[in-house]
Amino acid sequence: MEWETVIGLEIHAQLATNTKIFSGASTAFGAEPNTQACAVDLALPGTLPVFNESALRMAVMFGTAIDAEIGKVSVFDRKNYFYPDLPKGYQTSQLFYPIVGEGHIDIELEDGTTKRIGVTRAHLEEDAGKSLHEEFTSQTGIDLNRAGTPLLEIVSEPDMRSAEEAVAYVKKIHALVTNLGICDGNMAEGSFRCDCNVSVRYKGEELGNRTETKNINSFRFIEKAIKGEVIRQIDILEDGGRITQETRLYDADKDETRSMRSKEEANDYRYFPCPDLLPIVIDDEYIDTIRKALPELPDVRRSRFVDTYQLSAYDAGVLSSYKPLSDFFETVTTVSADAKLSANWVMGELSKHLNQHDTDIKNSPVSALQLGGLLQRIKDNTISGNIAKKVFEAMWNEGGSADEIIEAKGLKQVTDTGAIEKIVDEVIANNQKQVDQYTAAEPDKRGKMIGFFMGQVMKASGGKANPGQVQGLMKQKLDALC
Amino acid sequence: MLNKTLAELAKGLDQGEFSSVELTQAYLERIKREDSKYNSFITVTEELALTQATAADETRAAGNATSMTGLPIAHKDIFCTQGVRTSAGSKMLDNFVSPYDATVIRQFNAAGAVTLGKTNMDEFAMGSSNESSFYGPSRNPWNTDHVPGGSSGGSAAAIAAGLAPAATGTDTGGSIRQPAAFCNLTGLKPTYGRVSRYGMIAYASSLDQGGPMAQTAEDAAMMMNVMAGLDPLDSTSADRQVPDYTAKLDAPLTGLKIGLPKEFLSANLNPEMATLIHAAVKEYEALGATVTEVSLPNTALSVPAYYIIAPAEASSNLSRFDGVRYGYRCEDPKNLEDMYKRTRGEGFGTEVKRRIMVGTYALSEGFYDAYYKKAQQIRRLIQEDFVRVLSEVDVIMGPTTPTPAFKLGEKTSDPVEMYMEDIFTLSLNLAGLPGMSIPCGMNNGLPVGLQIIGNYFAEEKLLNVAHKFQQATDWHTLKPAGL
Repeated sequence: MEWETVIGLEIHAQLATNTKIFSGASTAFGAEPNTQACAVDLALPGTLPVFNESALRMAVMFGTAIDAEIGKVSVFDRKNYFYPDLPKGYQTSQLFYPIVGEGHIDIELEDGTTKRIGVTRAHLEEDAGKSLHEEFTSQTGIDLNRAGTPLLEIVSEPDMRSAEEAVAYVKKIHALVTNLGICDGNMAEGSFRCDCNVSVRYKGEELGNRTETKNINSFRFIEKAIKGEVIRQIDILEDGGRITQETRLYDADKDETRSMRSKEEANDYRYFPCPDLLPIVIDDEYIDTIRKALPELPDVRRSRFVDTYQLSAYDAGVLSSYKPLSDFFETVTTVSADAKLSANWVMGELSKHLNQHDTDIKNSPVSALQLGGLLQRIKDNTISGNIAKKVFEAMWNEGGSADEIIEAKGLKQVTDTGAIEKIVDEVIANNQKQVDQYTAAEPDKRGKMIGFFMGQVMKASGGKANPGQVQGLMKQKLDALC
Repeated sequence: MLNKTLAELAKGLDQGEFSSVELTQAYLERIKREDSKYNSFITVTEELALTQATAADETRAAGNATSMTGLPIAHKDIFCTQGVRTSAGSKMLDNFVSPYDATVIRQFNAAGAVTLGKTNMDEFAMGSSNESSFYGPSRNPWNTDHVPGGSSGGSAAAIAAGLAPAATGTDTGGSIRQPAAFCNLTGLKPTYGRVSRYGMIAYASSLDQGGPMAQTAEDAAMMMNVMAGLDPLDSTSADRQVPDYTAKLDAPLTGLKIGLPKEFLSANLNPEMATLIHAAVKEYEALGATVTEVSLPNTALSVPAYYIIAPAEASSNLSRFDGVRYGYRCEDPKNLEDMYKRTRGEGFGTEVKRRIMVGTYALSEGFYDAYYKKAQQIRRLIQEDFVRVLSEVDVIMGPTTPTPAFKLGEKTSDPVEMYMEDIFTLSLNLAGLPGMSIPCGMNNGLPVGLQIIGNYFAEEKLLNVAHKFQQATDWHTLKPAGL
């Protein structure tokens, strides 16, 4: 008998509204604790929620993008439980009538085929605050800046059969929400996080008991957490044990999940419709207006990258996965007029630097216009690819346009034939031994040997001599000696 | 200058008979001298009142006075008032000084009214006698052995004792109308959504509604002109034109169709009360109204439905009182759970805990359909009864309460008996309709209230119907002995 893994995911995407879902406080990340929590967020006595319409618009954008049924009437419910960072003692969410109903999204599998993953529903709710345990001894700090940040909880069908499929799905949803501009997708800051429901069964049998692993905030951890959980469950079952239905936490440091609470300990949330908020009623016109204004979706953009720019499927996939990256790439391409070169630089030198400095494309010190300008200078032979890397390094560290840096550092490629010829002659004169070897060699071996002379010329010119010109001239002069 | 209505005081201020500062000082002195008998105030805001009165006199001198400028009133201690303790009658909020004003407070401040203080109330508005207040019961000025009603009992006692000419109240199941009836006052519970709930500490959100308590319908109309209106901070407030509630007070009642629900005037009603209600209706006939018997068959179900829905909402609304951010916190909590348990165990009184437990139970998994959902269905039936009847008549009349004010301690041992006090008032809150209570006679030295129920947003009509009665009768002018 063969084991089969069954995975369903709940993704919490913070919606990129300026203000909170039920108050006018800012949603910006990283402010001093409790400076972005107003009377409503603090749940002062007597305060009432007022729904932020932009959260609705973003939820409907998501719903239309996954071809889902949109709830014409959706209702906020209260999910009641006590926790210090939940100021009202309930979370305002949507249980009975969510804004987004059944939809779907396609993922690409490793073998090149696609698989359709069902989305059960997506609903609006408010985020809780944060409990800070580390900074205080025998006390807990409560930061309510995050309390009331709008969340779209996206619930999938249990359609995924491996950790890889799960990650592909999460990446696809991530690409979608960032492309729609409804979520900044920043997983490290918690803007996009994932709960994994995992169970195993013998292929073809009934679903097994599942565990839910909460709040995983990187693609890599999702894969590791699921793989670890699958092994743990199979071990238990093969030893004749039973899987306890429970909530687990993933510990990234130890790379393991551990039990948080069992089903028996689970809260009875006592959901009921929130009497402080009216049902949200929308019509077809509202939905159609949003549908028509949808930006280009990642799948469409990927195909366009292949068709228009002749990128490989892989490059197109990477470059369409994250809207700020896609936009950056397209701007570079527009300026450089060379899509392949742009793709190589964005995915190569730029990505390398972003990773090394642990920063996001949105905060890149080198702008798309700067990079495009740099690539122009490669294209018009002002500088070589190697010099371009130096220019890029200077751009990254000190700023400035490619032309300014090339000018200031004197990196302009030497294309003056007279100047190049002078260096070529010097190299030939100073390396008699290699010249003799060249002239003595069989004609078909000489091609490889020319590299040495090229290197000497480039070195002597400080890398600035135009490699194409050097090669032509050098070959001509050496061959004349034969 | 005391013992006058708001309208009379406004005239006095206008004609320079006295200043707002003089008027305010006179009330503050009377409160100091007399309120130990009634315990109607939790907090007297002397400094604030005198500052506001001084400002009001300046506004008047500058020629910018509104009809409310300089008039002292009291606010139920459920309306958050910036810089002032706002307790909701609970130990839980005994130390809570609100950092913001409720919309109703802001509206009265903007109109130039003067805040005398915050009045006593049943804890979190849960009660019909004011006996559940952490600050001790308020007493009925007509007979201090009797309760003033609840939950807005402090507001009612203060007006009846002449310690404030008018006050705000809130009504979730009768909390404006019942104390108005017990204290010989005019009280109006507006249509749900007519008055903003922002800053009004929530008991049961789908039922709570603020409104005026006054000596006359005219005064209530003046207050409604300040209180009513759309509030962007309250999603359930009504986006609907606010009329000048004083404009049509004198409109003739010729052809007014009155419905008398047989369920309100059944054999269970105290016969002396029934006699007074019928006499009041006769008075209306003399004013040109016609009377028909109508039926509200689901009236009896309003008590059980209310006592599921209100506690269910309350159990959730009161979860925020957890000792984390403000209000009472138990001494030396051992851990989080201990803090929750003792904070809430020690901070809430018996009746509040009872309702939180009832509400929690009603919403529990497995019971939701049997209780909460069923109660909502009953609520719809009750609403349909009213809609049907109000398509045939202009107003519905009946008693506000089954009996006049009962004695302190008389019903505290049996919560269900206390709940039955609200049988005639609860159904309006469930339907969201407006209703008034006006004085219509005395029974054994205690006032009796006539309840007038109107259609949605028919406050103007109700005030007109009440005012015409008060022009024709003088029950509302009666004062407790010694005043």
